[in-house]
Amino acid sequence: MSSSLLTIRDLCAGYGRRRIIETLSVPAIEGGSVTALLGPNAAGKTTLLRALAGLLPMTGGLDLCGEDLTALSVAERASRVTYMPQSLPQRVALTVFEAVLAALRASPLAGMSPEGARNEAMRALERLGIADLALSSLDELSGGQRQLASLAQAIVRSPRVLLLDEPTSALDLNHQHKVMALVEEVARERGIVAIIVLHDIALACRWCKRVMVFSKGAVVADGTPEKAVTPEVLAAVYGVSARVERCSRGFLQVSVDGPA
Amino acid sequence: MTSRVPSAGSGQSEEAAGEARAWISGYDARIRRRLVILVLLSLALCASFVLDLITGPSSMGVPHALKGLFGLGELSLPQRIIIFDVRVPAAIVAILVGAALSLAGAEMQTVLNNPLASPFTLGVSSAASLGAALALVLGIGIPGVPPDWIVSGNAFLFAFASVLLLQGMARARGAGVETLVLVGIAMVFTFNALVALVQFVASQDALQQLVFWTMGSLGRASWNKLAILAFLLIILLPLSLKDAWKLTALRLGEDRARSFGINVARLRFVSLVRVSLLAGTSVAFVGTIGFIGLVGPHIARLMVGEDHRFFLPTSVLTGALLMSLASALSKVLATGVVLPVGIMTALIGVPFFIFLIFTSRERT
Repeated sequence: MSSSLLTIRDLCAGYGRRRIIETLSVPAIEGGSVTALLGPNAAGKTTLLRALAGLLPMTGGLDLCGEDLTALSVAERASRVTYMPQSLPQRVALTVFEAVLAALRASPLAGMSPEGARNEAMRALERLGIADLALSSLDELSGGQRQLASLAQAIVRSPRVLLLDEPTSALDLNHQHKVMALVEEVARERGIVAIIVLHDIALACRWCKRVMVFSKGAVVADGTPEKAVTPEVLAAVYGVSARVERCSRGFLQVSVDGPA
Repeated sequence: MTSRVPSAGSGQSEEAAGEARAWISGYDARIRRRLVILVLLSLALCASFVLDLITGPSSMGVPHALKGLFGLGELSLPQRIIIFDVRVPAAIVAILVGAALSLAGAEMQTVLNNPLASPFTLGVSSAASLGAALALVLGIGIPGVPPDWIVSGNAFLFAFASVLLLQGMARARGAGVETLVLVGIAMVFTFNALVALVQFVASQDALQQLVFWTMGSLGRASWNKLAILAFLLIILLPLSLKDAWKLTALRLGEDRARSFGINVARLRFVSLVRVSLLAGTSVAFVGTIGFIGLVGPHIARLMVGEDHRFFLPTSVLTGALLMSLASALSKVLATGVVLPVGIMTALIGVPFFIFLIFTSRERT
């Protein structure tokens, strides 16, 4: 399967008159692997994901394999780009299975048969290991289970660009790594662009081939984890004194000694 | 966390396939249960309809009315008129108004993401009251409308305009659903204040008519009104059901719905147009009917959840049933008197609403 290629040129986005991201251009993001967005709170990470998904007004160029995403209708763009928000809302009287089914059936371009949609939805739940929660109400789930259900909604749509906003924030250690492994596998299998907002730098260094570090709406470091995650970058962006070292397995480890 | 850990493998073993089939069968069983609920509600509605027909302030006994209704006994001409020209249209209008208000409430609660949203709580009924007050007290009406329809016409115009105003806010840049709900509440107070102002200058007779109108009454039912309401529901319910998956997805959050490819602004606009037609027409024809639009959808939600393929028709049936029961109750509480049905819906709705508040708190 050929990999997707996402190009961002001179992207500006924000809320109303308040610009969060100004003329952002980055080298093309390749499919087949996971790209992490790191940065402190309010750095513009979620704003970038929402702009890429077409949920915020934006200007600038956005191409997916040469196709101008900004020229597409809401439904057409959504068939190529899927965004997973940080959380599922509370007090919704739907089961996990219905929520995943809705992700497939609600799209105006959904051409799948009801039977096909049900099988796909169940496959997504099985893949995430939450098939046993299929008939549980969303309100009965723990925070972590809700995140897994939310992730199932995102991957079931088989997008070419998968945008995940802090999908591991409520998960325990085991599930954090399992989810990252799954996202990495899905990206590799389908050749899709997977962009994931994370706060756990170690997780990003372990599973992502590329890391973009955000600060005040701009990318201050971009490249492989070795290149982007450095003590200097961490001091400048997070204001901490940190060491970046390789462990015996060869993975990057970040140890924070305190405020810079 | 009790779920099993996610599996990075994509292969599906026989055992896993068997488990998947079992979960899908469980889902199918749930769907069948919901269909049974719809059938049971329909049967209860039929029973309530008959109850509504055989009760009333006339001296005709219940057994006699029952026999006459099913062609098993003779009815005198006045009795035939009472049953077929008075009670039948009123009983059907009760069902149609209940169905319309509950459907309107269900859609409103979904598109405004607020469980307290209803035509009554967001100013539609208050706006209709202002329209009626202007017609009854000051004789202000839409030019060209026949005198018999001037009150209903005004009420509809104001109710429709209030939802369009809400709609305008929805389309305004930066206005979230919280803003809409606050605007709706502000409209309730504004319209109520204006109605009070009109009442202040009203004559004794006009004031009496207005007070009676705001209580809501099925005494204004007629075959013409029945036909209009039935036509609206026949047209609008399938359109609502066509959007059922989109509305279900909207319950999962606006960003999520948009990322599924749903044009949320358009969905909200189309839905609120349906709401304005349903609520505006209902209130215009029978006056202010409280709580049906609020409580009907809540009962439906408790019964079948929020898969809108079932939630919307169940809301229609629960609203229709509540209204039909309220209509029957309004005729039996005081001998020889028909109480305004709007009073009965509130009396039934308030205890249930309080029950809902407390049970939802317990769940929290």
